[in-house]
Amino acid sequence: MNINSKIFRTSTFRLSAIYLIFFALSVASVLGYVFWNTAGLLERQTDETIRAEVQGLSDQYRLLGLRGVADVMTRRIESSSGGIYLLVNDKRERVVGNLDLLPQALGDEPGWIDFPLNVGKGPARQRHTGRAYHATLSGGFTLLVGRDVEELRIFGDTIRRAVSWALGLALVLGLGGGWLLSRNFLRRVDAITATSRTIMAGDLAQRMPVSGSDDELDRLAQSLNDMLGQIERLMAGMKEVSGNVAHDLKTPLTRLRARAESALRSESDADHKAALEKTLEESDQLLSTFNALLSIARAEAGNPREGLVAEDASEIVRDVVELYQPIVEDAGGELTAEIADTLPVRANRQLLAQALTNLLDNAMKYGTDGDGRQSVFTATAKAVEGKAVITVSDSGVGIAERDRTRVLDRFVRLDESRSKPGNGLGLSLVSSVMKLHGGTLTLGDAKPGLRATLELPLLAEER
Amino acid sequence: MQTGSDDTATRHGQVTAKRVAGQAMRILVIEDDREAATWLVKGLEESGHVADLATDGEEGLNLAREAVHDVMIVDRMLPKLDGLAIIRTIRAEGLTTPVLILSALSDVDERVKGLRAGGDDYLAKPYAFSELLARVEGMVRRGSDSALETKLKACDLEVDLLSRTVTRGGKPILLQPREFKLLEFLVRNAGHIVTRTMLLENVWDYHFDPQTNVIDVHVSRLRSKIDKGFDEPLLQTVRGAGYMIREH
Repeated sequence: MNINSKIFRTSTFRLSAIYLIFFALSVASVLGYVFWNTAGLLERQTDETIRAEVQGLSDQYRLLGLRGVADVMTRRIESSSGGIYLLVNDKRERVVGNLDLLPQALGDEPGWIDFPLNVGKGPARQRHTGRAYHATLSGGFTLLVGRDVEELRIFGDTIRRAVSWALGLALVLGLGGGWLLSRNFLRRVDAITATSRTIMAGDLAQRMPVSGSDDELDRLAQSLNDMLGQIERLMAGMKEVSGNVAHDLKTPLTRLRARAESALRSESDADHKAALEKTLEESDQLLSTFNALLSIARAEAGNPREGLVAEDASEIVRDVVELYQPIVEDAGGELTAEIADTLPVRANRQLLAQALTNLLDNAMKYGTDGDGRQSVFTATAKAVEGKAVITVSDSGVGIAERDRTRVLDRFVRLDESRSKPGNGLGLSLVSSVMKLHGGTLTLGDAKPGLRATLELPLLAEER
Repeated sequence: MQTGSDDTATRHGQVTAKRVAGQAMRILVIEDDREAATWLVKGLEESGHVADLATDGEEGLNLAREAVHDVMIVDRMLPKLDGLAIIRTIRAEGLTTPVLILSALSDVDERVKGLRAGGDDYLAKPYAFSELLARVEGMVRRGSDSALETKLKACDLEVDLLSRTVTRGGKPILLQPREFKLLEFLVRNAGHIVTRTMLLENVWDYHFDPQTNVIDVHVSRLRSKIDKGFDEPLLQTVRGAGYMIREH
């Protein structure tokens, strides 16, 4: 389908067409009004004058007879008021008047007639238009009174022409403008459509064209682009995750299988039992990896407006700290807390608590300095510039700056930590939980050690 | 009834078999996965209970309507009639049999849905059999508990729920609020195994498992407070399963 036939089906064109119809109607009525009040008015006034004269002359005829009316007409003709007068008898012969002949088209009934009028003599002779009213008088006489309306006609024609031109021009300009507008709009929409087809075909890197004018189409394209960016990130994450899942689940499954195989070959009951116990342990590990993945997926797919309710972040932090304090102390460390009295936020208590336990689990796993010295963990929660800021710090070796973003990805485990149990999902979960809460997770330097900072928007205090 | 008082020597299966000898329950299992159901029924029977199995929703509902069971274990997704629909139906008909919902959906929302439909507890698949057994037995006890009880007892330990004080052999024991809650839950289930997950859910209201085993330390702190200076330890660890407070 070529672009021109498509233009007529664009909503812009339809809108311009509708607009044009209303516009043309209003222009037509304005011009009509102007015409009615100018040329129309003059014509009506002329007609009224003629009618009045016919009426007057008929009255004269009735009162004074043929002689009387002929006198009046002769006087009027001589006063050269510009009027046309003619009185003919029943044989259509002139009795009195300044018109040679009765116009041929004249019917028997009284009424209006427009007829050609010769004005002037010799070379100055011109053809004008006359307009007259004729009435029949008793005795077979016909009275005709008219005016040379040539100027009036020219004036009326001029106005009529001006009105039609104006109307035509408005229509043409409107149609043309609508067509141009639609074509411009259609081009941009076509560009967006074409791009989205390319994207549908699999090229996720494509982006909608943005003209830079920041109009509504630009804004639409921009939000589509933002959406595409988000989708691309999610897809990339998903691809990476499926790859990682395959790897990280295959490894323990391979171990499981090998162990079962070798246990089957063995004749010893003790071997069987040991293999079964190991199998159970390994499946639990696998399950916890699965659960962590599911938790992340759930947090990422979560609808913030549904799952979040008003909670006190301080209370959530306090509970988790209380849960962990004994185990940290038993491990020879110390967990100190600095928690504001209350921090109203919109949160999912389970997920936020799980995020915090992940941070504390990490702190306990990696936050010790390895020299056997006591490790100190600190948890704080306070309000900073409209945000609830929660930190968990340890005094361990921390994470090098270049790795701090990477460790938030799924299954990423730094070489230093590979020797410890874990699935590389802890920080990913924290990160997705924070995203769900409209907050952020940042890793920083606690000098020494790692400081994980959670920021989430504070709920405005209810009054 | 004496249970294994030795932390290390008892294997869970043996403990449960002995433990429930006196209170066999009739359990209705509605589960469409035949293999899982067979294992479940076998495990329940080895633990001294009687189990009836239904493998689809309609059959399950018909069996449930006989109202002869002490407890029901209902899978969330079933052919013919959904698990939640069964529960809603029997609850509407006035049947109060405690129901444990089993589900592969472990979402907190799903859990809430299950409990709203009239389930009493929710266990996500896959589960450890010991976890399931502890919950099933816990549900029946909860069902028979009097809500108006203000004092709980286990051996010479007394928990006063009104004044929130604890005495053992007449001697007062000072507990932190959370420790009190922990002890209260254990004593309510005295004589029965309580799993770590049950403690996390009921005492801390956490429906996820922290990677570090934080519960053990809390229990051992509680143990040092209530067992220190007494010859007979009350709070026992059941290997591979959880904890138990002796009833007598």
